[in-house]
Amino acid sequence: MSTDIGAWAVPVAILGGAIRVSTPFLFVSLGEVLTERSGRINLGLEGTLVFGAMSGYAVAYLSGSAWLGVLAAALAGTLFGLLHGLICSLPKVNDIAVGISLMLLGTGLAFFFGTAFVQPVAPHLPSIPLGWWSDIPQLQAALRVNVLFLIGIVLALLLAWMLKTTRVGLILRVVGDSTDAARAMGLRPNLIRIAATATGGAFAGVGGAYLSLFYPGSWSEGISSGQGLMAVALVIFARWDPIKAFWAALLFGGAGALGPALQSVGIAKGYYLYYAAPYVLTLGVLIATSSPNRATTGAPGELSITK
Amino acid sequence: MPHKILSRRAFLRTSAGLAGATALGTLPMAARAAGKLTVGFIYVGAKDDYGYNQSHAEGAAAVKKIPGVTVVEEEKVPETVDVTKTMESMINFDGATLLFPTSFGYFDPFILGLAPKYKDVRFEHCGGLWTPKDPKNVGSYFGYIDMAVYLNGVCAGHATKSKKIGFVAAKPIPQVLENINCFLLGARSVDPTITCQVIFTGEWSMPVKEAEATNALCDAGCDVITAHVDGPKVVMQTAAGRGAFICGYHADQSALAPEKYLTGAEWNWPKVYTGFVEEVLAGKEIPNFVRGGFKEGFVKMSPLGSANSDAARKQFEDVKAKIMTGDFVVFKGPLKDNKGNTVIPAGVSQPETDVALEKMNYLVEGVVGTTS
Repeated sequence: MSTDIGAWAVPVAILGGAIRVSTPFLFVSLGEVLTERSGRINLGLEGTLVFGAMSGYAVAYLSGSAWLGVLAAALAGTLFGLLHGLICSLPKVNDIAVGISLMLLGTGLAFFFGTAFVQPVAPHLPSIPLGWWSDIPQLQAALRVNVLFLIGIVLALLLAWMLKTTRVGLILRVVGDSTDAARAMGLRPNLIRIAATATGGAFAGVGGAYLSLFYPGSWSEGISSGQGLMAVALVIFARWDPIKAFWAALLFGGAGALGPALQSVGIAKGYYLYYAAPYVLTLGVLIATSSPNRATTGAPGELSITK
Repeated sequence: MPHKILSRRAFLRTSAGLAGATALGTLPMAARAAGKLTVGFIYVGAKDDYGYNQSHAEGAAAVKKIPGVTVVEEEKVPETVDVTKTMESMINFDGATLLFPTSFGYFDPFILGLAPKYKDVRFEHCGGLWTPKDPKNVGSYFGYIDMAVYLNGVCAGHATKSKKIGFVAAKPIPQVLENINCFLLGARSVDPTITCQVIFTGEWSMPVKEAEATNALCDAGCDVITAHVDGPKVVMQTAAGRGAFICGYHADQSALAPEKYLTGAEWNWPKVYTGFVEEVLAGKEIPNFVRGGFKEGFVKMSPLGSANSDAARKQFEDVKAKIMTGDFVVFKGPLKDNKGNTVIPAGVSQPETDVALEKMNYLVEGVVGTTS
């Protein structure tokens, strides 16, 4: 079932890992880009991700349809986003604190409702074999691409286009950059922020459904292991740009595959160090792109961290 | 990331504290007066993880069925001072006189520290190494599941075509290393050219990394895969999805991929725990140091899957019969580790009962991987 490809196994594994692992990062990041562009930070997306994973898995198992599971996860994510958006619309409410409490609420609820679904097997989402042209089984396996990954790419392009050229995008940017300017234009900033946060929540929910319904493809309490939080951090790394968020997600996925891949070709000394690769990489890029002269470029003006 | 949820017990702890010191004195008396036995089970993870903790929780469920026995349980108790608090509240509020804290890290210093304070409570720990200088009301028990993993290896040795088998491991502690070594030695009893690739994930439960590790093993050409992580479900599903054969661990995972499942090494805690509790009910003492394998019913194998050849079935049954008699030895000299050092000299044999095996710190020759 396999050909010996020697050291080539490492780049192939990184490619495969980038495609397999990046999707949840991508969806959560895109959701957070949308939310933060409207001037709010939703740190609760980790909880949304985990709850999306649980609800998606549960609905897919009970209904027998993986796509219904994705829909349920998106709905659950919308509800969490809506809740965050509504609470933050109250005067003098800190969005970071609300985000942290919603993160704990989301994971707690997911664990509470999820215990019955650890053992059952739910249907998986389909994947497209894009590696048909190659006769190397490893490459074929690496290029088995899930539909959600492709949807994620389309979404990233769409979001970038929307933010840059459409009226909706302009409204979102105005609200994110200056509440006063938005009000002067006759816009209702709170309403727009609630909508952006709810949509962002839906994206994160879908990211969770990818985790439980495709890769690793099973519901358990350790399913996310902090990916939702990392994805929120990726947004800053990607400078609030959907296209850059896509590359950042790919980079993270690929770097995460480095540890297991190196061990599989016999380079095993210090594997804890390789597992830290994604984080070291982030630090490196942030330092390389930092500047002592200007503030964080691309940051929406109304974000509570930049204000 | 640790998650804190207010458990029933934590709530009790707090509310009882508010109720005042009088409640502290009366509660245990009330619970003990009936002359019944209350048994406490403590798990490090979720008790339905389809793996290690679930295997123990199934044991607790069997104990519940014994008349006159009350079972109290708490899950997700970290291997910190938290377990001491849990044990004390089980003793004081629930009146538990027999405790089963089931995770490796609970033993030292938490159980050993608390036992002298409650001399009439029996602490039974899974996996620890009780020595005569430890408190007399503490006991340790464990099963020789490495022998079951050896049988996994026998089936793997027959099934592999690439002569490479794979092992997804959590952490390089002695019990895990012993399982990796047994898996390969079992396979090498079929064909001495087989090698075993091991990938450590560094965590007991990390599904994404376990899936990546499984994919990396498949990419490297391994065609039979097993695991030692808390919940092996992801490894089993991913490996079977890549077309590899699988050997289960902790519990029967055959339902995940019946046509790829060769066999699996399972715990049999219901038998062990009901045995212990019945001994206590009969007024007998549980020995301080209990170990058991197939013969004692501590471990068992999943039913052989349809993918096993006749030769595999025959060798499996032969070896199992030998293990049942108790004089089958896996670790015997001359044995080298994978760095070329002799770890067991010629003429020395370490049967399953040898406590030296519980301190294993090497991977045998033929295992690709390192312990650090």
